[in-house]
Amino acid sequence: MSTTTQTEWPLWEVFVRNKAGLDHKHCGSLHAADAKMAIQLARDVYTRRQEGTSIWVVPSSQITASDPGDKGMYFDPMEDKVYRHPTFYELPDALNHM
Amino acid sequence: MSIQSIKVGASPEVQYLLRVGDSCLILAQRISEWCGHGPILEEDLALSNMALDLLGQARGLLTHAAKLDGQGHDEDQLAFLRDERQYLNPVLMELPRGDFAFTQVRNFAVATWLLLLWQRLEHSSDAEVAAIAGKAVKEASYHQQHAADWVVRLGDGTEQSARRMVEALATLWPYFNELFDADAVDEAAAAQGFGPAWSELKTDWQAHMSEVLRDAGLTPPKDSAFVGAGRRGIHSEHMGHLLAELQYLQRAYPGGKW
Repeated sequence: MSTTTQTEWPLWEVFVRNKAGLDHKHCGSLHAADAKMAIQLARDVYTRRQEGTSIWVVPSSQITASDPGDKGMYFDPMEDKVYRHPTFYELPDALNHM
Repeated sequence: MSIQSIKVGASPEVQYLLRVGDSCLILAQRISEWCGHGPILEEDLALSNMALDLLGQARGLLTHAAKLDGQGHDEDQLAFLRDERQYLNPVLMELPRGDFAFTQVRNFAVATWLLLLWQRLEHSSDAEVAAIAGKAVKEASYHQQHAADWVVRLGDGTEQSARRMVEALATLWPYFNELFDADAVDEAAAAQGFGPAWSELKTDWQAHMSEVLRDAGLTPPKDSAFVGAGRRGIHSEHMGHLLAELQYLQRAYPGGKW
């Protein structure tokens, strides 16, 4: 059993929505003792220049990330698959701005 | 040669506004001393934000006080060129920042008091004061919540944090009396609908205070008969040092701007 004392508060990821209707965007992280404190501190750290109308916080430990070592096999094969973009369709003039 | 100090007039409106405005200004100065010294980066920012909110409130009130005073002064002159006796904040605001427990207890007490005050000033007979209060009420609500959470965390925290909270409460308790003291300026402001007599705020303030102290597992200290006289310009030995730092630049470089 580990007997080490936790000397740092847990890390939280902060997501801020800057306008109603838009999605929450990841904007950084911070340390806080619990969710309530994380929301307050996110407000003070990340929305003090009017960046926000809503905040989400998620314990960083709850995020599962892809392994950087897998980057080659995960993402490189997509480089030459231009046909996956719908750019080969000819659109009627009326739809030119799609 | 440094520039001459200025004096403000004795009208109840001006005095009343300066009592509130100076409270915001002096507490902003004290809280800003945490900048770069907060226990964690995030709280450092939270405290700095709070100091800036209070400074913004002070600017509004000082500007308006200067206008009502009619001597052609502006907010900067009122903030930087008065002598100690001309500052009308309760002594509570100028006490040294102390430790983190002291800061949070004072912040909670003052934010609660200011919130109650702003809520009433929103109905001031003076439209400008009502507008300043309308904006400030939201800021004070957040300051109150943030500080209340800390009071509970620290009071109900470790042995050390609880001990420090008890000490902070004991030191601060006598200074709270001045926030509810009645006098002629106060009565005149209340009589003409300019702002509430501060004594009106006491019952609500006590209710908020006891609720949060109960959650924090803290007992209110015994009441004291001491009443500070900062509102009449009689300050503690700490005020002169605070003003020396606050006023230094304007005194050394008169009219200096960013």
